Amino acid sequence: MRQIGWLLLVLPLLAVLTGFALPSAARRVAALVAVGALAVSTALSVALAFAVVGDHGKAVVSAATIARFGELQVRAGVRLDGLAVVVAVAVCVVALLVQIYSVAYLNDDERYVRYAAEVSLFTAAMLIVVLASDLIMLVVGWETMGICSYLLIGHYRHLPEARPAAVKAFVVTRVGDIGFLLGVLVLGVGAGSFDIGRILAEAGALPRGTVAIACLLLLAGVAGKSAQFPLHTWLPDAMVGPTPISALIHAATMVAAGIFVVARLFPLFLVDPLALNVLGVIAAITMLLGALAALAQDDLKRVLAWSTVSQIAYMSGGLAVGVPAAAVFHLLTHAAFKALLFLAAGCVLYATGQALMSKMGGLRTAMPVTFVTMTLGLAALIGIPPLSGFFSKEALLGAAYERVHGSGGGSAWVALVVLLAGLATVALTGAYATRLWLLTFFGPRPEPRTLRQPSPLMTGSLVVLAVPTVLLGIVGLRREWLGTWLDVGHTALGPTLATTALSLLLSFNGIGVVVLVWRRFPGADPVPAPAVLARAFYLDEIQSFLVVRPYRRLAQEIRDYDARVVDGAVEGNGRVAMALSSRLSRLQTGNVQTYAGAVLGAAVVLAVIAVLL
Amino acid sequence: MTGGEMEDVVAGVTTGRVLLVAVIALPALGAGVLALRPARFARNAASGAVAFSGLTMLASLGLVMGRQSGADRDWQSVDLSWVPAIGLRFHIGVDGISLPLVLLTTVLTFLCALYTMHSMPAPGRPGTMLSLVLLLEVGMVGTFLARDLLLFFVFFEIVLVPMYFLIAVWGGTASRHAATKFVLYTLLGSVLLLVGILVIYAGAGTLDMGELAQGGAGAGMAKSTQILAFALVFLGLAVKSPLWPLHTWLPDAHTEAPTVGSVLLAGVLLKMGTYGIVRIGISILPEGARRLAPTMAVLAVAGILVGALCCYVQTDLKRLIAYSSVGHMGFVLLGLSTLTATGVQAALIGNIAHGVITGLLFFLVGGIKDRFGTSEMSDLGGGIGTRLPLLSGLLTFTAIASLGLPGLAAFWGEAFAIAAAYRPDAGLARMPYVVLAGLAAIGAALAAAYFLRMLRIVVARPPDANPRATGVRLAVADVTPLEAASWAPLVVLALAIGLFPALVLTWTGPAVDLLIRAYAG
Repeated sequence: MRQIGWLLLVLPLLAVLTGFALPSAARRVAALVAVGALAVSTALSVALAFAVVGDHGKAVVSAATIARFGELQVRAGVRLDGLAVVVAVAVCVVALLVQIYSVAYLNDDERYVRYAAEVSLFTAAMLIVVLASDLIMLVVGWETMGICSYLLIGHYRHLPEARPAAVKAFVVTRVGDIGFLLGVLVLGVGAGSFDIGRILAEAGALPRGTVAIACLLLLAGVAGKSAQFPLHTWLPDAMVGPTPISALIHAATMVAAGIFVVARLFPLFLVDPLALNVLGVIAAITMLLGALAALAQDDLKRVLAWSTVSQIAYMSGGLAVGVPAAAVFHLLTHAAFKALLFLAAGCVLYATGQALMSKMGGLRTAMPVTFVTMTLGLAALIGIPPLSGFFSKEALLGAAYERVHGSGGGSAWVALVVLLAGLATVALTGAYATRLWLLTFFGPRPEPRTLRQPSPLMTGSLVVLAVPTVLLGIVGLRREWLGTWLDVGHTALGPTLATTALSLLLSFNGIGVVVLVWRRFPGADPVPAPAVLARAFYLDEIQSFLVVRPYRRLAQEIRDYDARVVDGAVEGNGRVAMALSSRLSRLQTGNVQTYAGAVLGAAVVLAVIAVLL
Repeated sequence: MTGGEMEDVVAGVTTGRVLLVAVIALPALGAGVLALRPARFARNAASGAVAFSGLTMLASLGLVMGRQSGADRDWQSVDLSWVPAIGLRFHIGVDGISLPLVLLTTVLTFLCALYTMHSMPAPGRPGTMLSLVLLLEVGMVGTFLARDLLLFFVFFEIVLVPMYFLIAVWGGTASRHAATKFVLYTLLGSVLLLVGILVIYAGAGTLDMGELAQGGAGAGMAKSTQILAFALVFLGLAVKSPLWPLHTWLPDAHTEAPTVGSVLLAGVLLKMGTYGIVRIGISILPEGARRLAPTMAVLAVAGILVGALCCYVQTDLKRLIAYSSVGHMGFVLLGLSTLTATGVQAALIGNIAHGVITGLLFFLVGGIKDRFGTSEMSDLGGGIGTRLPLLSGLLTFTAIASLGLPGLAAFWGEAFAIAAAYRPDAGLARMPYVVLAGLAAIGAALAAAYFLRMLRIVVARPPDANPRATGVRLAVADVTPLEAASWAPLVVLALAIGLFPALVLTWTGPAVDLLIRAYAG
């Protein structure tokens, strides 16, 4: 089992090294390396999952020291338990499908070879986060994902908006990562070790204040990576990257990483409720913010991007009410249906050459496979029974409901906030998903009506993802299944009657209103949302006003200060010394002597001053 | 030297000692040969320099021989009387703190010689220039190997002369001014250093660094003597490092220096300052260090933040990288200022990482300047990413390494300097250090902002609509084989040290533990 774990870590890295070494003409080899390595990784992850689940999710650790800084050791190693392997399977499956899909989607892209290597690196980095037994190693994977997102979002060099979006993604998440790194260091220095097992074992023994601060610091990084308010602003802009990358970022890697890390370190978050309370409030805000913004977007991918912001917030909410198993459950189902939705959106973009829904319509008959699979994906997103999203969302809402009434991790008032926001978001989700569905697939087909048919590799990926989109909810139905695998005490993840009835009612309301308006005004946008929603409450502008512009001004001021005052003093002294020495050195000949004289003169004077003082 | 001493010397000759002396003697010999026979060597000066620096590199690799695992003291040393009248001894030795820096020096010098075969800056005269480069190597290696304070000072000073001429003669348009500023500034530092050394001699009666460091009690020096000596030595070395606000010679020197000058200046010269702070400051003057460490920490973090802010609005590539060095060396100084094993280890690996990565950055920027005749970012024209994919890829990689991405070399020094500052030595007030740790972490994140801005302007700018009208040079070649040969080792090192920091830390570890044990008493 240990060997499989290591292999799962090393294999994608080998694919990365090979991929970057290939010349840009070697498309076929690059595709073969990328897809082949991930296919083997997927098989390994499944084998590992069976082994670990058969062992009731007990953690197995294998690590070796790679660095020693005084008392502190850094170890490279794998920690294999239920949580790690279940998420690893999801990562591998989605990444494999993304790689297969990309072969066709980027068939005429001259930078494909490098792209494939970067996707492999992205996957490898996420696997490092998932399997790491050591917090420093986790940071390595965590930050590497940031740089991969930068490289991939900026993939299309001819798009002027690509590079600013790429820079934004990296810098905004890096701002959060200041906190993340500090949190890791506080924990590591506090516990005298970066080993996750040891830190979790000592969670109770560490000073409570230290743990609370460390958790808050970690949350900054989580908010950045998982696109939670107020560090969510990079995600919608990231849509300028190739569509398969959006699937990768939104489903299996970057945004899932934040949720995973909190689940991984959950015992720490139970030491003091402060961090979970903060997370709960952030979750409630982000849920509504994302869903409202999704309602008003015209760009198909941006609807899905905002929907991710909102759905990840559900997971944050699940963590905040003290049920990480429910959060991870939703992470898994979301990975399936969001990957499906993005890849399907990619098919639409590929076929129409168009990203704006106002210029689409009537694709239901022209693209039947895409239509059917995307319908399933949207239904899972809304949470229509018996699709996977229904069960995981109900598990979250049910957990919040139970927490309001009963006991457990997190605070009751936070659970109430999360529950109310969650229910409101259910209605909004129904509305924006239905709007997307109608605008894309129904109504009249605009001119020109020619479509570029997506290759079977692309539609095939959709069909494969449709299976877990429909069926994955089952794993939560029995206590012995997912709840046990995640080793969090046999959590029940089935639906709760009260919340289920309420949320179904709300989502049908959301769907119903949009359908009714659409019937009344066919072809028109059924949600005439104000600009404030389309611009997501102007948070981008606020960020630019409060952070970006002042920073630039500060930088200019400091540069000028450095040149005028700090260096000015030096140059001034230098001139005085030179003037003195030029008088002294009239007897000398040649430039070098002049300088040497100046140098020594100045030096001796200063030395005398230094000694006298 | 008497006959008896002579016999002792002959009896003491071993392969290890021969190599130790060779690491200093070979470049000295090379410098002499290239300087004295410029006519005959004019055409082959570069290959001659490659041969001498290559042999030096091999000799330095041989220094690893004879080390027992876990060795915490010099495992190789030579101690000869040199100028008895002033008590100067030729005492050199190699331990785990010296070795990585010596290797960094010999590798970088070799790569610089190799690079000169590809690109010789105006006004030519490769024999003279490479002779100076080899003389520079003598000074740098000697500084890291010296075990006698006076000898340390001599080597430390040797460096100034060749570097002055490298900048002044082979540099850019304003190079005279920059070179003079460099020399004036560092000579001022040197004088302070010399006075500091004399204070130590007056207080302890010896200049032998091993004896002085023994026991860590400051060799019996009074507390006030230690504080005075530390202040002088520290100021002298801080100019070199450079510590904010003593850094302003650096951007000018870098901007004007020829490529190999910049590479060696950033790659090695700055480390002579931080190395000296470890060897003389913390080892020999523990009380002085404890007293002045907080000041060092504050200035180090100021350097990190000012460096990052200045970089964000620079328009010249060389100047930008020079300012980024101020920030990176700030992390090294922060690590040292914690006076813990963690911090000193972080500083030592930070030194090496900065040498490798910033050396590579200056090579790459030199390559760009060679091709486009300018290092002003806005004058480079668009579309470099598509026209020069390999050069752009390398620049992207190196910038990412330099901004401290975990998994690449620079991360370890930065992250663990912050970790060390979070829990500094028990003799220091903790709260200010915790605040500084937070500020340093912010500085680390700001590095991402300016490096990505640089990549955005240099690599990712879309092709110009009408390149001819803007005067952009289009017919430039991507990375040449000689460039690739002189850059590839640094790429490999940046990756290898990033993935296996033990490559450096296993050497430095025992020596640092000894140092800190002695320091903590």
